[in-house]
Amino acid sequence: MRITLWINDRQQELEVTCDEFLAETLRNNGYLSVRQGCSTTSCGLCTVWMDDKPVLSCSVLSVMANGKRITTIEGVQDEARAVAGFLVGEGAEQCGFCIPGLVMTVLAMKKDLRQPTAEQIVHYLNGNLCRCSGYMGQLRGIKKYLGVE
Amino acid sequence: MRINNYVAPDNLAEAYLVLNEHNSNTVLGGCTYLRLTSKNIDTAIDLSRLGLRYIEETADAVEIGALATYRDIEVSGILQSLFSGVLPQSVMVIVGVQFRNLATVGATVYSRYGFSDLNTALLALNPEVVLYHAGRIPMALFLEQGASKDILEKVIIPKADLRASFKYLRNSSGDYAILNVAVARSRDEWKIVVGARPFRAMIAAEASKCLSGSRLQKEDIERAAKTTADELEFGTNMRSSREYRQAVCEVLVQRAIQEVIS
Amino acid sequence: MNIVSKSMAKIDGMDLATGKPAYVDDLCPKEALCVKILRSPHAFAKIVTIDIEDASKVAGVACVLTHADVPGIRHTIALESYPESSPYDRLILENLVRCVGDPVAIVAAEDERTAAMALQLIKVEYEALEPVLDFEQAEGNLQIIHPESDIVTNFNIGLDARRNVASSRLEEIGDIERVLNECEVVVEHTYYTQAQAHSMLETHRAFTFLDRGRLVIVTSTQSPFHVQRLVAQSLGLPANRLRVIKPRIGGGFGGKNKALVEVFPALVTLKTGKPAKIIYSRQECFNSTTSRHAMRGRVVLGADRSGDVRAIDLQVLTDTGAYGEDSADVLVVASHNVLPIYGGPKSVRYRGTAVYTNKMPGGAFRGFGAPQSVFALESAMNELAAELKMDPTQLRLKNTIKLGQAHPFLGGSQEGKPAVVNSSTLDQCIERGKALICWDQKYPRREVEGNRVRGVGMAIAMHGTGIARVDTAAATIQLNYDGGYKLLVGASDLGTGADTILAQMAAEVLATSLENIIVYSADTDLTPYDSGAYASSTTYVTGNAVVKAARLLREEIVRGCAAIHGKSVDDLELDGQFLRTVDGAWEIPLPELAKQLVSATGKQQPAATATFGGDGSPPPYVAGFAEVEVDLETGKLDLLNFVDVIDCGTVINPNLARIQAEGGIAQGIGQTLFEDMRFDDRGEMLTDSFMKYKIPCRKDVGQILVEFLPSLEPTGPFGAKSIGEVVVHTTAPAIADALFNATGVRIRRLPITPEKVFKGLQQKWG
Repeated sequence: MRITLWINDRQQELEVTCDEFLAETLRNNGYLSVRQGCSTTSCGLCTVWMDDKPVLSCSVLSVMANGKRITTIEGVQDEARAVAGFLVGEGAEQCGFCIPGLVMTVLAMKKDLRQPTAEQIVHYLNGNLCRCSGYMGQLRGIKKYLGVE
Repeated sequence: MRINNYVAPDNLAEAYLVLNEHNSNTVLGGCTYLRLTSKNIDTAIDLSRLGLRYIEETADAVEIGALATYRDIEVSGILQSLFSGVLPQSVMVIVGVQFRNLATVGATVYSRYGFSDLNTALLALNPEVVLYHAGRIPMALFLEQGASKDILEKVIIPKADLRASFKYLRNSSGDYAILNVAVARSRDEWKIVVGARPFRAMIAAEASKCLSGSRLQKEDIERAAKTTADELEFGTNMRSSREYRQAVCEVLVQRAIQEVIS
Repeated sequence: MNIVSKSMAKIDGMDLATGKPAYVDDLCPKEALCVKILRSPHAFAKIVTIDIEDASKVAGVACVLTHADVPGIRHTIALESYPESSPYDRLILENLVRCVGDPVAIVAAEDERTAAMALQLIKVEYEALEPVLDFEQAEGNLQIIHPESDIVTNFNIGLDARRNVASSRLEEIGDIERVLNECEVVVEHTYYTQAQAHSMLETHRAFTFLDRGRLVIVTSTQSPFHVQRLVAQSLGLPANRLRVIKPRIGGGFGGKNKALVEVFPALVTLKTGKPAKIIYSRQECFNSTTSRHAMRGRVVLGADRSGDVRAIDLQVLTDTGAYGEDSADVLVVASHNVLPIYGGPKSVRYRGTAVYTNKMPGGAFRGFGAPQSVFALESAMNELAAELKMDPTQLRLKNTIKLGQAHPFLGGSQEGKPAVVNSSTLDQCIERGKALICWDQKYPRREVEGNRVRGVGMAIAMHGTGIARVDTAAATIQLNYDGGYKLLVGASDLGTGADTILAQMAAEVLATSLENIIVYSADTDLTPYDSGAYASSTTYVTGNAVVKAARLLREEIVRGCAAIHGKSVDDLELDGQFLRTVDGAWEIPLPELAKQLVSATGKQQPAATATFGGDGSPPPYVAGFAEVEVDLETGKLDLLNFVDVIDCGTVINPNLARIQAEGGIAQGIGQTLFEDMRFDDRGEMLTDSFMKYKIPCRKDVGQILVEFLPSLEPTGPFGAKSIGEVVVHTTAPAIADALFNATGVRIRRLPITPEKVFKGLQQKWG
């Protein structure tokens, strides 16, 4: 099937199969920041925005994204660098494999929540798994990024 | 999982027609469990053009469209203020925000998932489900019987002077609940619901009745909890044994009742 | 020091954190064939026939390979230094499958869909055999898992395949029975730790292609040089026909210290001449790789009433599953990196057995046998403290090994020459941890409102730092024409920042900035040998090589300068920016000198290579403290606080060390509370997804607080020891004891689930 996606503000006509998921479509088209860690909607690695909302791209059928705006970290590099700087400042990016999905969720959280508490941050990000860092350093960095205590 | 064709009909009649054209034709919900199935779908039916994503308050009810997401419920001002907020409470702990932006009410109710937190909370609120073909039926009945090849349009929850509580036990915060409980009181009528037993949510009828007629003393609450644990069936799966679920049921039911009367 | 001991950001951090392509799959050519594996549905079975005809005919299928098509060379996939202790008990594909998930056939096709379709068309007739699934029933079982006669071991590891024993060892100091008989107090208990999945978020993956007749393997591995050697060996090729490149790694934790996947695309590329890639699904990553060895540990402690521990008897049984990867070394580490933390006992005995079963193999996983042993030993110490009515911190302080003390089990010990502790702040770590968790106010328990109670518990641990007289690393540093440096190492940075801390060390010695050093790792064609990123070795082993190389390079630069400019070597100093005479009268900027050195003027590009291998394995130490809150009605335990105070010697990069510690603690929390690898009664894994196998989420880890109390290790680079593994050890015993102190319930079998606690509460209080 032929679909139209607005990926990072660029209109793209793409040929997809009916059972193809957005994560695969994006990767196949060069958005290599989009990774999959589980295939059971458990890990959050594949998080991108669909019409500005964070979603698991591993579970969105590409045909259902037809006509929608998709944002990956490639499309928000300036904002991503701001978050990333604080994560890297703590050493909390570690292997980095889960970080693009985390950064996309943090950026969405910044729009969703004003001055969140540590508890709210942890709650918002609970769907983003990380096996390296133990999460504490990421929380330290994100708090600094948001300017909250 | 394979899908041969995809359609996004303009109206429910057409969607229903396509659904019944082929045995393997399937209505798409939030698709969060689609990858987990091994079935081959001939035609997948996307309802997103039917305007079913809403949470609306009417004079005497709240209507939740089939495509309303968990996140819609979580942030809905209406649902935060009504029913002691049990619906937002039941979904907000599920996986992460990017999951809750996809998972839908319709798919959860229609699939009658045993592990569901939302179905437990909903059931305590005495709702009805509206199916395209079968029409309007009580959710309790629907959860018992299910439906075959029908399309769930919406869930209607009657507004009532009601207090409710939702409790769960899960080990990891990212896991399914070992057990969940919803208790609601509307005037003197109580409803105790237990889900993730691991079977689907069910009203503890006898316990609800016995509590409704009681003076709500400590022993009444304990008796209601005990009756709940006795009258419902529990099972064993990877997350817990039958015995443990039964024991936890008593604890959570008591806590939920206490919270409602406090 | 200007650069060492500073929290420098990881040199690749911003690229990784902003989603730049860097990992195996990002670099793979699009046209690579997709490789998939047909796996055994049986735990134990003979393959009678395989019919690949239909599968081979599918359009787009490049090849289908079975055991008839691959070399029959017994080998191991454990990435250990040669001669490996792991038995050579594997074939690439075999007509006997020993666990669910064992590979049966290899399919390569143009795309994933075609490969998956072809897999379904392969018809295999199995003769199912009764599997051995319970590791406590494996030894001497009539069902023999490795009946083949061609298993090879490089030296005696106590293998007795006829009895399903992959490895066994016995070590004894003193006469254990006699000393135990003389003890006033004896406690004896048995503890179980479950298999644990590494759960690195990048699953195992590799791609291969041919370059001028040589096979290039790009793989997410911890040890590229061992991959090169072992894959070559299993294919019957000389190692120099292979080149192994390691790009960035999405987590390893020991799980990528196996040549699990490389051979499959390698075979396809050799057969077809085309690039090929394999990416394990999450399900394969769970059920067809390796796990932490499940272990039973029986501990007998003998002590005086005053709390002097006089005898330790530890007997462990590990489940190595279908193959013996790392089974022998895990038995060593479960003893040597655990028992020498107590210096006083007159007698110590250790007996270890690793048995084969028909389950997914055990293998290297951060801690490598030690966390299992520590759970047993430290839990027993806490039970002894309870028996003596003694504060467990006091019991530890009374018995810890002290600076200057020797222990014959310490890494680097030789017959009659026990190794000595040259650096330790262990006792201070205990004291500091007590203060941080407010032990004296909180021990043993406090009631909180409702039906909740809080308790604290603690444990201590050690580990090693590299493997003495076995593992080695080389480092090469060159001065570039622009005055900057190029550091080449064969070590794998698993995301922990190894490349960065090695560059910090080089920059410190060369008195230059971090930005002035280009780091490249790892590529067997370009970088010098390194035994690999395992056994807590990179900071110490590779780090020492880097320091040595940097010092040699300094001398080389000075010599080059002296030769060109007619100065005396003794009269020249390098301060990073300039070479100067000692009196300061003459100087030359380094970039200018560098240009002269590489040009016709000097004809000598300064470069130095140095190799290091440790004669010892200096132990890092940690004291861990847990505070838990328990719901007395449901048994649900919440971890509130976990404090680790660590002596890893000099901390080369405090931020990165801290994150490694926090991450290790979180993995320990997972093993203690949530992670439980389960199999059904036919040997099929039930927990093969993150939906069923729960690693900790953000909300699950409570507050983790890490502090360092560095000693100065005389043999370490700048005084450093290891950090990577020791930090997973204390979590389980500390949490288990916090639970006991809160509730009186003792759990001796991990994980500590609400249901187990509930049952314990019922037994205890009715």
